[in-house]
Amino acid sequence: MIRYILKRIALLIPILLGVSILIFGVIRLAPGDPAEVMLGPTAEREDIELLREKLGLNRPIVVQYGIFLKNALQGDLGRSIKTNNPVTEELLQRFPATITLAFSSIVLALLVGFPLGMIAALKQNTVWDALSSFLALAGFSIPNFWAGLMLMLLFSIVVPILPSSGYGSWKHMVLPTVVLAIQTMAVIARMTRSSVLEIIRQDYVRTARAKGIANKLVLFRHIVRNALIPVVTIAGLYFGHSLGGVVITETIFSIPGIGRLLVDAIRSQDYPVVQGGILVFALCVGVVNLVVDVLYAFLDPRIKAQYR
Amino acid sequence: MNTPLLQVRNLSVVYRTFEGVLRAVNGIDLDLEAGRTLGLVGESGAGKTTTALSVMRLVPTPPGEIVSGSATFEGRDLMTLPEREMMRIRGNRISMIFQDPMTSLNPVLPVGLQISEALEAHQKLGKAEAARKAGQMLEKVQIPAQRLQEYPHEFSGGMRQRVVIAMALACNPRLIIADEPTTALDVTIQIQVLELMKELRNEFGTSMIMITHDLGVVGEVCDRVAVMYAGEIVEDGDIAQIFDQPMHPYTVGLFKCIPNIEEPASTIHPIRGMMPDPLVPMPGCCFEPRCPEATARCATERPGGALVDGRRIRCHLYADGKRAFAHGRETVSHA
Amino acid sequence: MIAVNERTVIRDKKRSQLGEVWRRLRRNKAALLGMSVIVLLFVVAVFAPLLAPYDPNRIDMKIRLQASSSAHPLGTDNFGRDILSRIIWGSRISLYVGFVAVGIGAVFGGILGAIGGFYGKRIDNVIMRLMDVLLAVPQIILAIAIVGVLGTSLTNLMVAVGISQVPRYARLVRASAMSLRGQEFVEAARAIGASDVRIILENILPNCMAPIIVQSTLGVAAAILSAASLSFLGLGIQPPTPEWGSMLSAGRQFLRSAPHLSIYPGLAIAIVVLALNVFGDGLRDSLDPKLRQ
Ligand SMILES: Nc1ncnc2c1ncn2[C@@H]1O[C@H](COP(=O)(O)OP(=O)(O)OP(=O)(O)O)[C@@H](O)[C@H]1O
Ligand SMILES: [Mg+2]
Repeated sequence: MIRYILKRIALLIPILLGVSILIFGVIRLAPGDPAEVMLGPTAEREDIELLREKLGLNRPIVVQYGIFLKNALQGDLGRSIKTNNPVTEELLQRFPATITLAFSSIVLALLVGFPLGMIAALKQNTVWDALSSFLALAGFSIPNFWAGLMLMLLFSIVVPILPSSGYGSWKHMVLPTVVLAIQTMAVIARMTRSSVLEIIRQDYVRTARAKGIANKLVLFRHIVRNALIPVVTIAGLYFGHSLGGVVITETIFSIPGIGRLLVDAIRSQDYPVVQGGILVFALCVGVVNLVVDVLYAFLDPRIKAQYR
Repeated sequence: MNTPLLQVRNLSVVYRTFEGVLRAVNGIDLDLEAGRTLGLVGESGAGKTTTALSVMRLVPTPPGEIVSGSATFEGRDLMTLPEREMMRIRGNRISMIFQDPMTSLNPVLPVGLQISEALEAHQKLGKAEAARKAGQMLEKVQIPAQRLQEYPHEFSGGMRQRVVIAMALACNPRLIIADEPTTALDVTIQIQVLELMKELRNEFGTSMIMITHDLGVVGEVCDRVAVMYAGEIVEDGDIAQIFDQPMHPYTVGLFKCIPNIEEPASTIHPIRGMMPDPLVPMPGCCFEPRCPEATARCATERPGGALVDGRRIRCHLYADGKRAFAHGRETVSHA
Repeated sequence: MIAVNERTVIRDKKRSQLGEVWRRLRRNKAALLGMSVIVLLFVVAVFAPLLAPYDPNRIDMKIRLQASSSAHPLGTDNFGRDILSRIIWGSRISLYVGFVAVGIGAVFGGILGAIGGFYGKRIDNVIMRLMDVLLAVPQIILAIAIVGVLGTSLTNLMVAVGISQVPRYARLVRASAMSLRGQEFVEAARAIGASDVRIILENILPNCMAPIIVQSTLGVAAAILSAASLSFLGLGIQPPTPEWGSMLSAGRQFLRSAPHLSIYPGLAIAIVVLALNVFGDGLRDSLDPKLRQ
């Protein structure tokens, strides 16, 4: 198992390299010159030239990438053009808020989405099924920025029980967590429903029923365990992507996380920060996928056997 | 020897599908005495599995529904028993062995647990005790008890079916319904599994319903045989009688289908045509469209069951006793 | 000869399949409702100049931030513009962006997937690794980065959203191209000297049209959401163009005093996206009867 995890980590490396090349290349194609942006519109020609030299912008792009990569591997992602702080420092400072938000939202999404999907499947073709299926589809379709504003309207303005923005107490995290969880929850609910419906028809569930064991055991031991396998995979993949939602959530609720940092950096053309921020997101997606694969092996002994 | 263990009367099951109402089982009767083995034969789609599932009250609902009939087991009608009572019978008094060992075991649970959970439920054994008993059951089907902790994918097809057999026998049931237990296996493995089942049946004194489409298997293990066609039991009697002289034209056809090494291949006579569409109700005899001896009456009137020599036959040829005399046989009585 | 026959056979089969799909779709009430909403939206978008009660950009500071009234059913915004009119005109942008972005994604993704699946080996490997890289970054982040680099404009928005959708079509077409590559009618087409491009266009693409259509329907929904998100962040359509996402973004400051500025544009997005998703779902179920329950 350990060897398998190591192997999976090794597979992450080329992907991250690819992302860094892509981002690096795309940013160098950008119209604005970093040196000009840094010094502002009133700067002298020579000053800009000097800074270009200092930043290595006059060297061939491949060399520039080489230097970037070498530094990045040592944890140095350059300095922010706006604040002149090291990018790594800025990212690390913002990381806890984002990871807290992401983690609490996936927990919430699972806690609500899975039971919702189970109800829909077990009460197939009843009002409950229709209701939870509709909830799931609606959750999938509602724009998260709108959901954020509406929840804020409801719980911070109409019935003021939760703060509308900021970061610090658990109360501040409630609304952002819900907003970030909605879509993943919807995907989990839909996936769970179809997965459970599929499993219920399996021969081994019939075998379990034929043994005369309690319905609860049939459900939790035989159905849920198997239904979870595809749900975990899809939920994980989808969660990696819904992580992108933190840019919205953090912007709406003024949370000092990486998402907001990234949006601000893009607006002010602070490319080193953009670069670093995107790499962090790619890393997060990679880690989530890794965790999913390990969980998958844990849930399914057939997969586990392959990696022993 | 003559106490009836299971008596099925007028059992009908339908599946309500998008295309219409599918009559899978059409008013069948079955009788099984304690300690004996009944073969249920018929081609694919005849309704054998559905019959077995309805005795277990496990017909998937929806789309399936048991629309009429009774199944008296040990003096109680299973069809009207409350679900709680039924659960105490399943896996305890009646067990079922399913067709495909590759899919009938849960892939994510160790086989030991799958055997012991029935013991925990019915014999109120603790975990350790149930596991010990599960190990004994594995040994009975010639699998070392150390393999309790292994998962189904670590066993071959034949071994998995033996695990399923161990599971079915765990609570020492009165009746085992085996639904084509060997069809999915290699020929050599088939014989092993069949032998094992025979041995264990004799050792435990269990009654059995053996579902198969292989007349060879029937001859091997059964005392009685019921021939099923398009949801009906067309002929039902003692194995020696039916093997000696099949009477219903469908049974006659079935025996002609068996390849015989001593005869040239050209003497195999497959029954021509196909089973009728179960979505379309038939006014007459279900075998009429394929029957070489069909008359005008067969297309319009459903034959009742006639008793000939203690065997039941649903065919107009025997209803008025004509055919029996023509064959020079003894008395015919009406059912 | 064989190739032609095979093709006509397939085409005929396709036609009767279409009837069957429609028959099944008609039974699905939700999908039909979704379809009606989409059709309605198209009508609204096309006839926006006739349907909108006011000029969507007419500023009148005297009536700013008014709640619903008979003159302005959905109220007015912070510049006194009629919200209903802006929502009606906004449907044009949303639909346009949604469909063009999906067009970009499907065409590029389809071509890449067909090439990868058809030729296999090295080319396939390179293409699929590229897709892995694109998939390694959350879609919205990728789109934000592209817009950030290219600058904010309608075209760049559509390109950004389109590119972020490329992988899903590439994977889909690749899988289907791979399964068809070795099949007889493709071999036959090759035997009569059809070029690779022709084989891909005439044989492989038509055969994976069904999943592409389903994926595109769901893709338009996703694209509309992404585009609105970018506009909401100020990285998409810029004011004063009436666009739902940027209307929300502007209304946000008035959430306390005039919530209707935020409520209606978001509702419009939600309804359209929901309709597209319901319809896409129904379409998938009727194309794949195995899945119906
Ligand atoms: N879940 C179901 N839904 C709808 N129809 C069904 C279902 N299960 C069985 N049927 C139909 O009921 C009829 C009887 O099926 P059944 O499985 O009992 O036949 P069988 O004799 O066991 O066949 P086989 O030898 O192939 O196992 C068939 O026409 C079959 O298509
Ligand atoms: Mg069967």
